[in-house]
Amino acid sequence: MKRPTRWNVLITTAAVVMIGLVLGGSFGGWGDRQSAIVPFASPAEAASGSPELFAPVAEVLRHPRCMNCHPRGDRPRQTDQRHLHLQNVVRGIDGMGFVNARCNACHRDENNSFTGVPGAPNWHLAPLSMGWEGLDDAALCTTLKDEKANGGKSIAALVEHMEKDALVLWGWAPGGDLKPVSTPHPEFMTKLKAWAGAGAPCPQSK
Amino acid sequence: MPISFTVNGAKRTVDVDPETPLLWVLRDDLKLTGTKFGCGAALCGACNVHLDGEAVRSCQIQLQDAAGRDVTTIEGVTGNVAKAVQDAWIKLDVVQCGYCQTGQVMAAIGLLTQIAKPSDDDIDKAMDGNLCRCNTYHRIRLAIHEAAKTLPG
Repeated sequence: MKRPTRWNVLITTAAVVMIGLVLGGSFGGWGDRQSAIVPFASPAEAASGSPELFAPVAEVLRHPRCMNCHPRGDRPRQTDQRHLHLQNVVRGIDGMGFVNARCNACHRDENNSFTGVPGAPNWHLAPLSMGWEGLDDAALCTTLKDEKANGGKSIAALVEHMEKDALVLWGWAPGGDLKPVSTPHPEFMTKLKAWAGAGAPCPQSK
Repeated sequence: MPISFTVNGAKRTVDVDPETPLLWVLRDDLKLTGTKFGCGAALCGACNVHLDGEAVRSCQIQLQDAAGRDVTTIEGVTGNVAKAVQDAWIKLDVVQCGYCQTGQVMAAIGLLTQIAKPSDDDIDKAMDGNLCRCNTYHRIRLAIHEAAKTLPG
């Protein structure tokens, strides 16, 4: 067999790299490469405490079903388009609306199949300290874990909240035309617990 | 299955689909037509009633939500706040066509019951969900302030 020349090796290596890049879909920029890495929260990653474990959690927290009621102002948002809540609804002193426009004036304990208005027990806005809009992953993670901001919830309590709270679970069964959270709840819990089990590491701000 | 609740102080029982909007039950079954249908989507406030003393949109409240609870409609409002609102509404001749006014009055009573001396900002927040195509907003605001003058607090 003819021995390969240095030039042959160089061309072959370049071709392999190019094929790898194409098959890997890595021409979409840095952001795409990040998102391609994130979903694979292996036990090894969990054990390493990789800050990337938070990325799939953040993806869920940013879904309209969650984010609409975690505003950083006084007005909640609505629908998949996330427009400001109609009727000029505001949070009020307890996060459940102002006089005459209390959340439960319309949002009851279950989705209203007749009118399409969504509902779940204890419908309310998250406290202002848990406003998430506009936060990058690092700030979102830090805020989520801050017991002064999150109502005194430990990491274990946060996991339980996202596993069992009826209003949180509504995000996966919103009814009507509303899109459920895109990551299935069991899959989300696996990723959330992987993050929590690794010590709830937060990524660095970019 | 029959569902019982109190309407304007009287126990009422109806046997309709428990998911029927309370507005339908009030108007069609109990013949209390003072409460108006405006939009059916919680956008206009014309259907406001009080459920255990708090204003709610009866077009969004299912009958089963009212089971065992107290519903007050425009036909049944009583007390010093309701009287103050009624007097102010008449004094300032607030109403034009009147279609939205049931909801406006129920909302005004709800506001003044909880905030006896509301600021303009309080009125904006509490009344924002009540639409009036005759544009009587200016007189509604004045009437709420007028009613507040006669209330302790």
